[in-house]
Amino acid sequence: MAKNRTSVFSWVWLLIGILYLGLPLLSTLGYSLSPEVRAGNPISFSAYFDVLSDPKFSANLWFSIGAGLLTTVISTMLLVPTTYWVQLRMPYLRSTLELMTLLPIVVPVIVQVFGLLALYRSTFLVNGSGGLYILMIGAYIIWAFPYTYRPISAAFQAINVKVLTEAAQSLGASWITILLRVILPNVWGGVLNSAFITFALALGEFTISSLLAQQTFSMYQFGVKDDIYKPIAFTVISFALTWFFIAVLQQVTKHPSQRNAARTTR
Amino acid sequence: MAFLDITDLRKQFGATYAVDTFNLSVQQGEFVSFLGPSGCGKTTTLRMIAGFESPTSGEIMLAGEDVTRIPTNRRQIGMVFQSYALFPNMTVADNIRFGLRVGGQSAQVMKERTAEMLELIHLPEVANRYPHQLSGGQQQRVALARALAIRPRLLLLDEPLSALDAKIRLSLRQEIRAIQRKLGISAIYVTHDQEEALSISDRVVVMNKGRVEQVGTPTEIYNTPQTQFVASFVGTLNLLEGRTVNRADNMISIDGQQLCVERIEPTGDVLSVALRPEAITLHREADDIDALPHNNTLRGTVEDVYFLGSVVRIRTRLRDQFVNADTFNNPHANLPTPGEPVLLNFPLEACRVLV
Repeated sequence: MAKNRTSVFSWVWLLIGILYLGLPLLSTLGYSLSPEVRAGNPISFSAYFDVLSDPKFSANLWFSIGAGLLTTVISTMLLVPTTYWVQLRMPYLRSTLELMTLLPIVVPVIVQVFGLLALYRSTFLVNGSGGLYILMIGAYIIWAFPYTYRPISAAFQAINVKVLTEAAQSLGASWITILLRVILPNVWGGVLNSAFITFALALGEFTISSLLAQQTFSMYQFGVKDDIYKPIAFTVISFALTWFFIAVLQQVTKHPSQRNAARTTR
Repeated sequence: MAFLDITDLRKQFGATYAVDTFNLSVQQGEFVSFLGPSGCGKTTTLRMIAGFESPTSGEIMLAGEDVTRIPTNRRQIGMVFQSYALFPNMTVADNIRFGLRVGGQSAQVMKERTAEMLELIHLPEVANRYPHQLSGGQQQRVALARALAIRPRLLLLDEPLSALDAKIRLSLRQEIRAIQRKLGISAIYVTHDQEEALSISDRVVVMNKGRVEQVGTPTEIYNTPQTQFVASFVGTLNLLEGRTVNRADNMISIDGQQLCVERIEPTGDVLSVALRPEAITLHREADDIDALPHNNTLRGTVEDVYFLGSVVRIRTRLRDQFVNADTFNNPHANLPTPGEPVLLNFPLEACRVLV
């Protein structure tokens, strides 16, 4: 009897949570489908068609995808070897790195951007869109650093880096082989986790791109002021993209044996 | 020239010598164990041989080649770790193949050698499993196969059985020894378990506080310990305080009772005397001393009797000191009871005066 009461209690809280999070989303979705409700058409995808067929939408989306990919690749290539080396040879630096991850959170983004503009004012980085694009990528990398570093760090701490490295060395492996064939596959989940988070952050980022006058995905909604439904449809599309990335992340970060087990039991 | 020659090896951490003046020669095909308590330097020495630690000074020669400063991945050694160190992202077969792939072996060679190794460790059926799907004992056997697959010049094992339960340890250590003998490969085995070291080694190096206490065969280490540390660390020894009675006649006394020993070291009147429990036979006080088989006898009172399985340990009080005597468990034997006076009889050679 006590067990049944506990189960019901859990279900009640789950329902409250779903309603709390789901109702605003459903309302947004419902509103985005109602541009023709006065014309007697309760459900209409016209706002979505307008957004998706707008050349500016695809241009801004691809621009952000490119920036997101660049940010992700550079961040990952910087942090994976660094985290590996700190874990292996300089564990005393781990606390310093942890402290550094607080800085982008503590310092407001607007301050970071104006700081960068002031620092590089005499260089090509603040002259022309090419330089500002590079500055934007750099700002993204710094801003996303706490979110990029933590999944990678957690993944490294979950394995015995030292012993795996020594085992590989005893079998004749070079440093590159060790990193690519032994270490990276075992922290791949964390690296992918970090990559998707970084990508999603870069995709949805607004402050840096608006201050540096870059036409990113999040800036699109400010170009469609003439229609109330299009920004709402854009919001739903953004959510859908985020959930898509999370689903892909969950699938690709499964351990190979779990994927094999899933395949054989199907 | 020996297959492995270690000369004056030292490793210093700050002001402390983790390994101090280590010298050893290992012959081809020999199985040598490093035995000692935690922190004695045995693993540090092994890691220097492997190349994971750089010596502060000294030299390591392997098959005539000075490998002291050569990186690990070029020493052609195989290593088995306490924590198995199997690569979690690879199957058993891929783990075994790893060293062969790195060495640029052909697919055919890799396939044949992997099958050969799996047969050697009697686990052909687990080739496609991942490490997390194996038991501890299976993982360690795979780790051994992986180390041997590359045909190393020297096999290093760092407490490979410490993480396993007692029964598996027993069978696996015999298996390791059998494989090592079959392949004729030189091996260095680090352990803190004296039974392990004594049962499978050709020679044992007993270490303490970074230094070598004694090197010898298991029989030599156990029966003729050279120092107090070796005598107390290896086996369950009685360490008693004695006094010189007559140096010329090799007569000593323990708690007022006189004994004859083989030799008294010229170190003063107060002596440290080692007496093995299994060398002592227990007799009732009423028995005729002159009829007892050995020439040394101590009188005492039984303090307690401990049942240890195949062995029964009888703790006897002399005057101020205690002596343990071990006897095989015999269900029909009439064991003495606490408080009963007894005679402890043992031969001359069972009693050693230590340095």
